[in-house]
Formats: sequence, structure tokens, C-alpha cells
Amino acid sequence: MGKTLVLGLGNILLRDEGVGVRAVQRLAERFAFSDDVQVLDGGTLGLDLLHYVEEADRVLIVDAVATGNPPGTLVRLSGDEVPAFLGIKISPHQMGLADLLAASRLRGRFPRELVLVGVEPEIVDTGLELSPSVAAQMDALLDRMLAELARWGVQPHARRRDAQAENRLATVGREEGR
Amino acid sequence: MHAVASVRGVEDALGIRIPDNARILRNLIAGIQYVQDHVIHFYHLHALDWVDVTSALRADPAATAQLAQSISDWPNSSADYFKAVKDKLTAFVQSGQLGPFANGYWGHPAYKLPPEANLMAVAHYLEALDWQRDVIRVHAILGSKNPHPQTYLVGGMSITLDPDSESAINADKLALIRKLFVKAKQFVDQVYIPDLLAVASFYKEWAGLGEGLGNFLACGEFPDAAGTLLFPSGIILNRDLSTLHPLDHTKIAEYVTHSWYQYGEGDTASKHPWDGETRPNYTGPKPPYEFLQTDGKYSWLKAPRYDGKAMEVGPLARVLVAYVAGRTEVKALVDAVLAKLGVGPEALFSTLGRTAARGIETAVVAGKLISWLDELATRMADKDLKVHNGEKWDPATWPKEAKGWGFHEAPRGALGHWVRIVDGKIANYQCVVPSTWNASPRDAKGQPGAYEAALIGTPVQDPEQPIEILRTIHSFDPCMACAVHVVDARGRELTRIRIDGSM
Repeated sequence: MGKTLVLGLGNILLRDEGVGVRAVQRLAERFAFSDDVQVLDGGTLGLDLLHYVEEADRVLIVDAVATGNPPGTLVRLSGDEVPAFLGIKISPHQMGLADLLAASRLRGRFPRELVLVGVEPEIVDTGLELSPSVAAQMDALLDRMLAELARWGVQPHARRRDAQAENRLATVGREEGR
Repeated sequence: MHAVASVRGVEDALGIRIPDNARILRNLIAGIQYVQDHVIHFYHLHALDWVDVTSALRADPAATAQLAQSISDWPNSSADYFKAVKDKLTAFVQSGQLGPFANGYWGHPAYKLPPEANLMAVAHYLEALDWQRDVIRVHAILGSKNPHPQTYLVGGMSITLDPDSESAINADKLALIRKLFVKAKQFVDQVYIPDLLAVASFYKEWAGLGEGLGNFLACGEFPDAAGTLLFPSGIILNRDLSTLHPLDHTKIAEYVTHSWYQYGEGDTASKHPWDGETRPNYTGPKPPYEFLQTDGKYSWLKAPRYDGKAMEVGPLARVLVAYVAGRTEVKALVDAVLAKLGVGPEALFSTLGRTAARGIETAVVAGKLISWLDELATRMADKDLKVHNGEKWDPATWPKEAKGWGFHEAPRGALGHWVRIVDGKIANYQCVVPSTWNASPRDAKGQPGAYEAALIGTPVQDPEQPIEILRTIHSFDPCMACAVHVVDARGRELTRIRIDGSM
């Protein structure tokens, strides 16, 4: 079924700006994946991530996106919507993401499936903690990521003795089965 | 490459001499960084200021092959090869999703290259993406990762050298690094430099534009065993290439008169970084705003000055200082490039000169990498495996008070870290980075920084499409490319955002 990349982007020194990185960290803490799934903290790298994106058939990007909605709102973009949206340039590291998606398209190596799950930030300012409204959405964000992965047939395993994670998987499984 | 400046700052404060192997390892890591960074800057940031991607669609692949073969013996140069690139580019443009290319001023009359040169440049843009990824593996081998390799220690390096160990730098790894250095040098000599010269020959008017300050500062880099620097340190004032002034770092001081900081003794004062203060004091309008009051405070950058003068740092400063100091490798290449373009040394004081200097120093460094590696291999063969001097590792060996200056010529220009240590702890720490020098706001006397000075007198054909401004700003390799783009209102096309109702 090919390779899947889960890519968290953002700057963890700017509070909610780092929500994508926080999300993939949490995903990797709670769940184990098979070898064809890579969970990657992309930080603020741009073109340096090109080859990770090109080597994957499916890419799930998690990032803070400013859309003017209430803080904590989850947004989903897919396929061509992602680079089009990035054209608006809402944060410096996304210039890099737009660059790399365009480059991979030009090279004919654009991922077959691309989904961006975004979180509306509340506070983008120096600091390590997520804002309360974004922190409160982390479980919902994780569920959304698992649902996207489940749609692609990616079935993670909860790490041992993590009952919360097992429940989460069970819930996602039911929703997908609906 | 702040790591090397920071460890050098502490080494300077405590009087630590690093082993020769550590010196070479630092040169290797910084050297390949120059080569990779400058090639990426040229093809992936700056080239689009000179290369019209859409014009490449009209190129004749056979004529492109002829052009490529006339300037270089790089193997990827057949008509079939360029036809394949043209087909890819055509499909890309037809997709309508141009990403960063969507903001290009395509078709602007300031673009002068023929379609074939544009197609050749697009092909090399794509090749450089794979090349850069491969050659920077040297950072993973020597420093565990890229960016931000992790091997720097006060007193040396942490990566171990051991011909008999699988986990250390051994003969196999030296051979792999050598292979990557050969690959790095081939691309620079056969692709980057020929492309740079080909592009420059169509834009010679830019040798008379974008000059800027005419004052240059280099802190120097790449020491050899005797401590001689490949790119020496020094100061050039008022574009006078007959006199090289020695660099005295105590003459560096920063102003905050027009910066959003405050000094205890008032904002017209200047402070040497050892006594520097960084107390934010934002007085600007609440964002988003249309413009800033430039007679007041208007920047988050301080204004560093050398002996009261604004200075340019970066490849042009390094190359000019090395040229005036008579460094043979640099002088020979500079003279060859000037002869090829049919211009004199005064052409270097320009946007084109800045861009050419970046290529010249890339070729110089790419030519040195293998000899540095050979030096390391010889030392290892002689059983000298020492990478760290631990004499001052224990803080009990430190004086009660110490202060130091750590320098590094980062790819963008002179970088300085200043540290004061009291009772084993950092009492003050200040960095003055290349973009602070080049992009600095005005100082207490109202003197502009390098970017601002370089833009004065630049003709702009179409204020809606200020490509001329981008050419000069990009020639500095700014750390703030986005800021230049953001003031441009284009590309603000509304995109529909779908909120997923199920969440």
C-alpha cells in the first residue's frame, strides 16, 4: 500500500505555532506504527523535507493555520487545496512548505494523497506551552489524525498499558465503520 | 552555525586551545555548509530574480543542449534531457498550481535571458535539489544531523576519530566524505559557476547598481595549522582597495535609537556587546499596520556599527578582504571572473558583485575541502586522534571573571558571540548576526544600514512588480526573505477554506 508520512510542522518556541509538532510527538508517544509509516517532527524546515514528502505516497501534515475562525478550530484541506492555501503565507515556515510542495510537483513526485489538518492558533508568542483553547483540542486533533490514517488503511497499535490510547482507537474505528 | 561561534566565545574567555583535529573538523563542517548553502541560495532563491521560468517553455531543447555544452562539460546536457525537463515544466505550469513560482514577475521586461538559458537554469534548479541533499550528508556523518550538527564542545568536538572503530570516524567514513566532496566540487565547477557566468553576462548593468555602503567587515574563517585564515579578517572603508584595516572587535557597538529596545543610559548611546543590553521596548503601532514611523523606532534589529560606521558583511566582504590581503586562491578566481565578464574590480561593488562573490568563495571552499580531509586522514594515520582539550572542563579551573569573543564567518556573513562569565555562570551574552549588520535600521546619527543604502538609486520600472528591489535584497542572502515578500500585496488571492463539520 506504499509509504505514509505524518508530518508535524511548526515552531515549538512560539506556543500554538508548534501545535503540529506537539501533535506528532503525542501520536508517536501513544501509538506504534508499522515500518511503512513515518511520524516526523518537521519543525520549521522547508526544502530539507522535500525527500521525505516525495518518498511517501500519502502525506498527512499537521500544522497551525490562521483562518480567522475561533481558536482551536480544526480545519481540513486536501490535495490541491493545500498548496493553494499556503499561497496566502500565514507563517514563515509555511513559505518553506509551499516551496517544497511546488518543487515536488515540478519534479513529478507530488504525493498521491495529501491532507493537511490544521488548528486555529490562539497565541503565537514566545513560550513553550500551548494556549488553553488549543490544548483543549489536542485529543480531538489526535482523533482526527487517526481517522485520516484509518481512511488510508493505517492501523497503529496502542503502546503497552495505554488504556486511553486503546479507547481512542476503538472510538475512531467505530466512527470509521459508520 | 551559532554553535561554533558560541564555543569559540567560551574558548576565548578561558584561553582554551583546541586540538588540530577539532580545527579541521570545524572547517569541514562549515566548509560543506558554505557550498550547500550558497548553491541553494543561487538556484532556489536568487535565480528566480534573473530566470524567467515561463520563458523556458519556449526554449528549443536542441539549442539548449548546444548552449549547455558550450559552457560546461557537465554530462546532463543532451537535447533529450532538456526536452524531458521542458515537458515536466509544461505539465507543471498547466496544472495552474505554481506554489512559490506563482509570485514571480513572469514576463517582466527586466528578464533578459533567452529561453534556452532559462530552460538550462530550470534543469539545474531541479538537479541542485537532489545534489544538495546528498552532499550535506557530511553533516550527518560528522555531526549526527543537519541542520544544526551536534558535535561542538567547548575545547573541541565530540565526534570520535578511530580507524579501528565502526562507530567512530574511520577509513570508510573518510572515503564516503571524500566521495561527497568530489561530487560537491564537480557541481560547483561544472554547473554553478558556468551558470553564474552565463546569467551574469546578460545582466552586466547590475554591476553598476546596488552598491550600498562601500564599507566591509570580515571576521575571517577557515584557520590552517599555523592559524592563518583562508578568508582573512579585516575592514575595508569607502571602497578603498589599497588599504586593509585590521579588525578590532572592541570597536563594534550597537545602537537602539531606531530599534524596539531600550538602554539604561538612554537610547542615543551605543554599547559594545560585552556590555550589551537586550530589553525589548515595542513602541510601534498595533499590527496589522500599513507603515512604520521611520523617524522613531521601527525595527527589531539593533544597529551594529564599527568605529561608528555602518558595514556590509557576507561573501562580498570576505572576497574583497581576501583580494586586498592578496590571498592567491581568491585573487586568481576574482581576476578570472572579472576578465570573463570584461569588467574591472569596481564592478564588484554592486548587486552583481555580491552574487558573483558568493560563487567565487564557493569555488574556493569547494577546492579546499578535499585537502582539509587529507590533512585529517594524515593525522589519523600518524595516530593523532585527539579531538578535545579537556583541561578547563571543570569550572573550578576557571578564573572568577572572564570574557570572550567567538567569531564565525557564517555563509551569510560575519557572526559574533560575546560572553561574560562571572563565578562560573554566564553574566551577559550577546550575538551580532550577519542580517543584523546588513539589514540594520538607522543609528543615532541617522546612518542607514547596508540594505537600505544599496537600494538608493535603484530604478524600478514597474512599482507593482519591483523585481529590481528583490534582486538587490536577495543578493545579500537575507535571513528575512519572507518580510520582503509580505509587503507585496500580490498573491493575496482568497482561498476557500473548508471547515470540517464533523469535528
